Amino acid sequence: MSMLQLRYSVPGDDFTRAGEASGDVKHKLKKLGYNPSAIRRVSIAMYEGEINMVIHAGGGEANVDVDPDKVVIVLTDHGPGIADVEKAMQEGWSTAPDNVRSLGFGAGMGLPNMKKYSDEMTIDSVVGQGTTLKMVVYAQSEKS
Amino acid sequence: MGIFFHSVTLDESKCVGCTNCIKRCPTEAIRVRSGKAVIMSERCIDCGECIRICPHHAKRAKHDHLSMLEKFTYKIALPAPSLYGQFNNLDDQDYVLSGLKKLGFDDVMEVSGAAELVSEATRRLMDAGTLQRPVISSACPAVVRLIRVRFPDLCDHVLPLLSPMETAARIAKQQAMQKTGLPKEQIGCFFITPCPAKVTDIRMPIGIEKSEVDGAIAISEIFPQLSSRMDKLTPKDLESLSNSGIIGVSWATSGGESSALLKEKYLAADGIENVIRVLEEIEDERIGELDFIELNACSGGCVGGVLCVENPYVAIARLQRLRKYLPVSQNHLEKNKTVPEEMNWGSGLEFSNVLTLSEDISRAMEMMMEIDKVEAELPGLDCGACGAPSCRAFAEDTVRGSCRKEDCVFILRKEIRRFADSLSNLDLDGGKRTNDDE
Repeated sequence: MSMLQLRYSVPGDDFTRAGEASGDVKHKLKKLGYNPSAIRRVSIAMYEGEINMVIHAGGGEANVDVDPDKVVIVLTDHGPGIADVEKAMQEGWSTAPDNVRSLGFGAGMGLPNMKKYSDEMTIDSVVGQGTTLKMVVYAQSEKS
Repeated sequence: MGIFFHSVTLDESKCVGCTNCIKRCPTEAIRVRSGKAVIMSERCIDCGECIRICPHHAKRAKHDHLSMLEKFTYKIALPAPSLYGQFNNLDDQDYVLSGLKKLGFDDVMEVSGAAELVSEATRRLMDAGTLQRPVISSACPAVVRLIRVRFPDLCDHVLPLLSPMETAARIAKQQAMQKTGLPKEQIGCFFITPCPAKVTDIRMPIGIEKSEVDGAIAISEIFPQLSSRMDKLTPKDLESLSNSGIIGVSWATSGGESSALLKEKYLAADGIENVIRVLEEIEDERIGELDFIELNACSGGCVGGVLCVENPYVAIARLQRLRKYLPVSQNHLEKNKTVPEEMNWGSGLEFSNVLTLSEDISRAMEMMMEIDKVEAELPGLDCGACGAPSCRAFAEDTVRGSCRKEDCVFILRKEIRRFADSLSNLDLDGGKRTNDDE
């Protein structure tokens, strides 16, 4: 079974470049002829995660593995970690600073949207060390 | 894939094989091969960007000519609203419409009038709440074709209504049949077009089986003759023909169609690059809370079409003056009824996978890995000397088999150097060297 590995370094110092990695993934999935609804879910879920890494963690790595049945997105950062994952999962809860809120971010919908659009999501976070977030989106799924 | 008709074509004798058009094309549909541009039919959306950019005028739009009128007994002109923006000091559409009749048309049917019906139909459909939000306008044929090849997930959002041009043709033919008693085949409808995408839309329509428009004549072709006829009009020549209001005339410019919906939550974008950016954002659900998206491939809207003669922004200023004292709308659908069946598309917009690498996703993945490998060897300058718009596109062409790696001048140079090095290292003296060599 062939698997396509896409690797991105998400810079934490340039907010204007946030979203480029997920944009590239979307572009490539289209070229592959992936299921359109899966493409949409991957690009939204990954976009939210990518923005989070930039806002909260000073950037990180995005590793995306594509095979014909599923897309696995692993986002790793070495930021402050999430103290209370359960709270962070609540809609509307946010610790985003004001400067990005003025751009329309920080509505507290990032993690809830990632959960909503992915088929599986796990968060592995240690305060002071960083966060690894894994999302799986299946090509064929009841979510659409 | 069937046989393609395209309005946008190449005049080989004028093409010098430069890189302007390949860089500009929004669907990467053009390559330079053997020194001449080649348009990949299945990818072209007829937006006309290459016509606009080509400094050698080697790209042109195929369209019909006034001589085609002879084929029909009864000829009807369907002027695009953008036509009105081409004339200085125009304060009444009747000058243009009467001028068209002097050119040999038996009748005129303003597309701006039909546009008012389309606006009303759109309002009703949106109020019925059955359309997928945000609703994307289907009026610009280049945008519809762009969505079809690049935005699979947005095909369902495209407004499934006939364009004002098509609506005008249908009404005009019905009326003419009643008035003259002639069969439909003897009645010819001619759209006076600002853009090549409309020419294509007539030959290869989307959403309907067959267009009722019989020909499309470029504004730029008709303009000189039309304006001279208009100059010679006497008061008795001036007929009262105009039947459209602010809403219809405003369709010529970006924002016109959406403001006619009388709703607040809309967005109107124009210019192909802006259109693509907006579509990307809708796809990612980053534009929230909008009901309607109006997209025009040309800057300024239809007045920016490549077959117009006037600067789009001058045309916009003129139209503002023209429409100032017009009624809001002069055309209405029957009250309290649903949208007439014949205004709806017969079938929805279907995604066309012409840009995907392979029908087989595993094969597509292998190809993408190969493309990545080839791209890594390329200089990343996107110089276009190979004939492809970017190094990435060139890598893809190589893997698809339509060109060779050595078509890249940098790879070729490297190969030549390696070849030269291996030549100079050849041991021509059979191992016996003189001291001078060292």
